[in-house]
Amino acid sequence: MQELDIDVNALIDKMTAELKPLLKKHPGAKMIGIRTGGEWIAQSLHQQLELTDELGVIDISFYRDDFSKIGLNPTIKPSHIPWDVEDQHLILVDDVLFTGRTIRSALNEIFDFGRPASVTLVTLLDRKGCRELPLQADIVGMPLKCEQTLKLTGPEPLKVMISEPAEVSA
Amino acid sequence: MKARLTAPNIQLNEQGKLKHLLTLEGLKQQHLLEILDTAESFIDPNSNKIKKVPLLRGKSIMNLFFEPSTRTRTTFEIAEKRLSADIESLDIQTSATKKGESLLDTLWNLQAMQADMFVIRHAESGAAHFFAQHVAPHVHVLNAGDGQHAHPTQALLDMFTIRKKKGDIFDLKVAIIGDILHSRVVRSQIQALSILEAREIRVIGPKTLLPENPEALGVHVYHDIEEGLQDVDVVIMVRLQNERMKSALIPSEKEFFKRYGLTEKRLALAKPDAIVMHPGPINRGVEIDSAVADGAQSVILEQVTYGIAVRMAVMSIIMSNAAQLAQQQAEQQEREFNLESEAEVEGAR
Amino acid sequence: MRLAILNARVIDPSQNLDKITSIFLSRGRIVEIADEAPDGFTADQTIDASGKWIIPGLVDLQARLGEPGSSYAGSIASETRAAVAGGVTTICCPPDTSPVNDSQAVTELIQRRARQAATAYVMPIGALTQGLEGKLLSGIYSLVEGGCVALSQANQPVQSALTLKNALEYTASLDTVIMLRCEDQDLKNNGVAHDGPVSSRLGLPAISPSAETTALARDLILVEEAGIRAHFSQLSCARSVEMIAEAKKRGLPVTCDVAIHQLLLSEMDVLGFNSLFHVSPPLRSLKDRDALLAGVKSGVIDAIVSDHTPLHRDDKLLPFGESKPGMIGLETLLPLVLKLVQENQLDLDTALKAVTHTPASILNIPTGSLENGRPADLVIIDPEAIWTFEEDKIVSEGKNSPFVGWEFIGKVEQTFFQGRPVYKNIEL
Repeated sequence: MQELDIDVNALIDKMTAELKPLLKKHPGAKMIGIRTGGEWIAQSLHQQLELTDELGVIDISFYRDDFSKIGLNPTIKPSHIPWDVEDQHLILVDDVLFTGRTIRSALNEIFDFGRPASVTLVTLLDRKGCRELPLQADIVGMPLKCEQTLKLTGPEPLKVMISEPAEVSA
Repeated sequence: MKARLTAPNIQLNEQGKLKHLLTLEGLKQQHLLEILDTAESFIDPNSNKIKKVPLLRGKSIMNLFFEPSTRTRTTFEIAEKRLSADIESLDIQTSATKKGESLLDTLWNLQAMQADMFVIRHAESGAAHFFAQHVAPHVHVLNAGDGQHAHPTQALLDMFTIRKKKGDIFDLKVAIIGDILHSRVVRSQIQALSILEAREIRVIGPKTLLPENPEALGVHVYHDIEEGLQDVDVVIMVRLQNERMKSALIPSEKEFFKRYGLTEKRLALAKPDAIVMHPGPINRGVEIDSAVADGAQSVILEQVTYGIAVRMAVMSIIMSNAAQLAQQQAEQQEREFNLESEAEVEGAR
Repeated sequence: MRLAILNARVIDPSQNLDKITSIFLSRGRIVEIADEAPDGFTADQTIDASGKWIIPGLVDLQARLGEPGSSYAGSIASETRAAVAGGVTTICCPPDTSPVNDSQAVTELIQRRARQAATAYVMPIGALTQGLEGKLLSGIYSLVEGGCVALSQANQPVQSALTLKNALEYTASLDTVIMLRCEDQDLKNNGVAHDGPVSSRLGLPAISPSAETTALARDLILVEEAGIRAHFSQLSCARSVEMIAEAKKRGLPVTCDVAIHQLLLSEMDVLGFNSLFHVSPPLRSLKDRDALLAGVKSGVIDAIVSDHTPLHRDDKLLPFGESKPGMIGLETLLPLVLKLVQENQLDLDTALKAVTHTPASILNIPTGSLENGRPADLVIIDPEAIWTFEEDKIVSEGKNSPFVGWEFIGKVEQTFFQGRPVYKNIEL
């Protein structure tokens, strides 16, 4: 098992740069982070982009599709979207895009709040190749391989440890 | 000779987690806090409203009301709908069950209709325990009031309200006034307050409306309301039923109000920031003065919203615990299977 | 048929007998208890009972046999079989049958069925009032003539003091006993559990001890005024024991009994709402239980009864308060009495006397003793057998026992009724 250290701040900078054109197009765009990792990333992006509207946070625990398998997340907290979602351009931020199920839950929850004008998906890391739903991110900090597992710690400092599975000897 | 002091707690599963909610007696602080915390997460902090969530989609909940109660039934139904469960409500008059079909036959019939949870209201103390003992293992029972025994969700919502208004329940002095003897709500409230380690629980009422051994419930008894209200943080009023006058337990509504009614003057004896609660429906001028019921210290209406969130929390926690238990058992089985197959391989060598 | 049972420890409180000896039976009666066979006695059958105990067949002053009627489970045939499996050979059955035993016809029916079963003595108790309604007197003289050993109201005490006074006075001139169960229905107020910490916690409608004691006070005064021999059934409160003690001290011809379960269980067992613990009178406090035990020890309480009440399964498959009160007890009476002895709550002589000789003498029944010439009703016990009371081995048609799963030391090995073996434990 190999562990790689990732420079998260560099990735945030890169994503900030990629988000700027979008904000030029929709100056009033609002940001939502998915608790917990996505919220940390969103906080950094929110700060760097100097967005004026408060950051929204959603907890998708109530919307997970595996409730009947794993039950309720014990640290569940209420979602907090301090503005009206209706007709807004949203930037949805998560830490890792993997099967796509989290994003599905998040979209469902967002639509329970109202009908946004658009949703742009932003993710720090993208474990490509393991998608179980037809969802892709618009902005990706860094692509990974599906086999790479990782651990995100935060919020200060934000750190990612990536483990590569050891090469299977023939 | 060994006295069997505690009954086995049939409401907990093998992992010590809530399987049914029949009474608060025997539950630990962590069980109550989990419910209160989860309830919190259902309430939108901005609007104080409760959003619908798809948590219990595909689960079937049956509300069995053997004793009619529109109010309790409605709050349960709203809670179930906000969790996206499939629901069915049945008013089952006891007379009908007595006519031939036994209570258990009724239950098993309904169980055969793919119910995952029964919410039960019944006029007999212990009815919820009885049902819990006889349902299939995958079916959960939630007590919505049984006789004079328990009404756990009502008490939990009161705790939720107190916590919202006063912070930690630990360190609070709480006075409960009125018909303590016949009230399932009070019994559950007292248990909840003891589990959450309230500093002092007082019950105030005439001897005819108090149980023979109030001390067994861990409370201090006051027959004088003025004395009992001194310095309390929370005042809980209990509804006075008409039957109490008929069975000569108290003389009249008028006299009861004179002796135990909560007036502004009396409320002034409590702490200045004390809150006033009432499970409703209120008898104005019998147990509580209108000025108090509608006054600044009253939290009576807020209790209703919280009731929905608390019931949602209880139902989702029970279903969640069942899911986790099933998952753990499946994993256990898989491990055992793997061990067995390994052993077989070993054997083959 | 002449039978010799040799080398047993023979215990008979009626003769202050407790020694290792032999017992000789002939034509259904006891011929002699002696180390050697009496002159000219040649046994057709000999049983070596070394290491075993022999006691008189138990006399139970209150056991329901389910017949006539369908309000209880079982029949005279099934319940007498249960009785002898528990070492009980004389059973007094209360009049709350269906129809009520308030006429000679019902009494005769019960006697006929008992003769057919031929397993144990069944002594009917007649109803004091018609239909046990507490209003009109039944044909008390005819009932006594017909063979009723006593008169009672079963669990439905006469509420009107005047009616009871009349009933007592009318009966006073007859040579019989009135058995009274004391409970004021107003004070009972539809209660189902003792008024104590447990009912407070469970919210079960409560029955205060005063429901029993006020009724007992009234009845004692009426009994004294009528000058009749009265027996008080199923005391449950400490205060009642004091009241009976006082009455006895004043010379009133009163006796009383307690149900065996009251000596072992208490209100604490009701926690958990198990309807098997729903009995009438209710299981009371530990203090009451201790006072009842002390009452048996001191002799204030004369007899221990099973209050055997076989119920249909559905009668108990209900929430606690809606379930029918009562538990079966014929098969556990002796094991539980022995348990009390083993736990040093009672001495063996007192305990056995309370289930043999004393109840028999209260009702003038010639059983419950191993004196020469008495009916050969006796029980051979293996005092060391350890066994568990299991539901599928219950003989009674009623399975409503909270003692299922209890472990006992000492088991009935054989029961003889009128010199005939009517029960033999096949496992031994």
